[in-house]
Amino acid sequence: MMADPKSLYQEVILDHNRKPRNYGTLAHASHKAEGHNPLCGDHLSLTMNLDGDRIDGIAFHGESCAICKASASMMTATVKGKTRADAETLIREFRDMATGKLDLTGQPHHLGRLTVFAGVRDLPTRVKCAILPWHTLHAAFNSVVSASTESEDDPMHAPIGDA
Amino acid sequence: MTAIQTALKSRQGTGFDVERIRADFPILNLKVGGKPLVYLDNAASSQMPQPVIDRLVRYQTSQHANIHRGVHYLSETATREYEEARRKLAHFINAREEREVIFTSGTTEAINLVMHGHGRKFIGAGDEIILTTLEHHSNIVPWQMLCEEKGAKIRVVPINDAGELLIDEYEKLFNERTKFVGVMHVSNALGTINPIKSMIEFAHARGVPVLIDGAQAAPHLQVDVQDLDCDFYAFSGHKLCGPTGIGILYGKAALLERMQPFKGGGDMILSVTFEKTTYNTIPYKFEAGTPPIAAAIGLGAAVDYLSGIGMHAIAAHELDLLNHATAQLSRMPGVRVIGTAGEKAAVLSFMVDGVHPHDVGTLLNQDGVAIRTGHHCAQPVMQRFKLPATSRASFAFYNTTAEVDALVAGIRSVQKVFS
Repeated sequence: MMADPKSLYQEVILDHNRKPRNYGTLAHASHKAEGHNPLCGDHLSLTMNLDGDRIDGIAFHGESCAICKASASMMTATVKGKTRADAETLIREFRDMATGKLDLTGQPHHLGRLTVFAGVRDLPTRVKCAILPWHTLHAAFNSVVSASTESEDDPMHAPIGDA
Repeated sequence: MTAIQTALKSRQGTGFDVERIRADFPILNLKVGGKPLVYLDNAASSQMPQPVIDRLVRYQTSQHANIHRGVHYLSETATREYEEARRKLAHFINAREEREVIFTSGTTEAINLVMHGHGRKFIGAGDEIILTTLEHHSNIVPWQMLCEEKGAKIRVVPINDAGELLIDEYEKLFNERTKFVGVMHVSNALGTINPIKSMIEFAHARGVPVLIDGAQAAPHLQVDVQDLDCDFYAFSGHKLCGPTGIGILYGKAALLERMQPFKGGGDMILSVTFEKTTYNTIPYKFEAGTPPIAAAIGLGAAVDYLSGIGMHAIAAHELDLLNHATAQLSRMPGVRVIGTAGEKAAVLSFMVDGVHPHDVGTLLNQDGVAIRTGHHCAQPVMQRFKLPATSRASFAFYNTTAEVDALVAGIRSVQKVFS
């Protein structure tokens, strides 16, 4: 199973699931948001400190599947220290990759190691698991306190089959 | 005698040949990602055997027209076959009369029909409806909609840690405001077989009608609506080897006659003027518009197929599978069976420690094993066990012990991936 390069459950994802980075809550966060996928019960809580335009600190915790937790862990590790504009570019690119709109080989992008999640595009019911942390980051930037994968007015809303 | 004891008793002497049965199901030959399909998601939907597929083809190729309308050959043929399907369904559940069987789009529509036709007429402000923690959302939400409209109230029968209804608590919920009981026969999330016969008897002693959601029972147990004495019994065709888009509502004739129609339209009327419309008799009063004729005839063929094997033989084989699976999963370190009722049918919910059910499902899929993961449209059950979701394997009579072993091996590799 692990020899299959198409497998979503690559070692890097399993590692981030086992030992999530930036796991917890920031005491004095300037921005925060709750992410929830009512279809599968995934839930995560994101706290973030913006120093001007730069992400000074970021942490998450919650209950979710391995794909969601690893995505959150790798997201926080990637965006920490980046500007809001850079993080928002990543949000857009990650979403496009997960929904199959981004051609990883043909189009320029900044996803780096985050491309390990590209396999979710073939698993429609799991796309939302991978995207939820990025939904939540988007919500935190916009001081939206609660994000849901199912709210129609969410600009991140991806119309994909139910889980 | 309990349903399980009946099943065990009838096992003796039955020549149940699962390989011969599997040969009837073309889809079971499918390979998924190069692995043989192991289909253990039967509680969500079952597969269709060749005789039912053939019946649909025969209808569409030589018998189709609209029913109850034309005087021509095809319309008369289609009408006869549609009504013959109703007769088969009535026989399948031992209804007193064919007109007590109403074709619906499925269990959900059947329950909504009772809510609109009976509930809106006979349940009012301050009245109480008894449901159970085990209910599928389809036997919760329609009643909440009614309560919102009428100012009625839902009372809920709790369950114990095994997933069994607390019957003492059920009996305590009754009072002079109790107007209706809705309970599922078999739990889709846990597999619990509920003691509906005694629950119905208790409700009837207090003059309260009872609706049984039989979606997970009709495919696995012999259902006898006269013996149960239920007022309504609903199930879906696609869970018992029939097509989607068809199901039935059984209702006692006297109750159906007092109910108001659910949908208005053609075929459900005797006469229409702009001043007054006279409704048709039952069951047609509840079958407005052109029904899914082919699907109904397909469902008739499906119950013929199941009856040919025998519901007792089916129940006995499925119990073997369930016992085999339960024994193996119970022995596995790090695996927890959710729902350990004394009487269960065909459903095995479980948790793998440290692995979210969605990850279990995706990894099993890579081995060709199809299970369901999630809350199973039974969120109150999940809340009761403080779980966001479970993994659920559900069996049909065409599954084998080798397939159960494939599930067990698949769970072992899930554990290895996450170790």
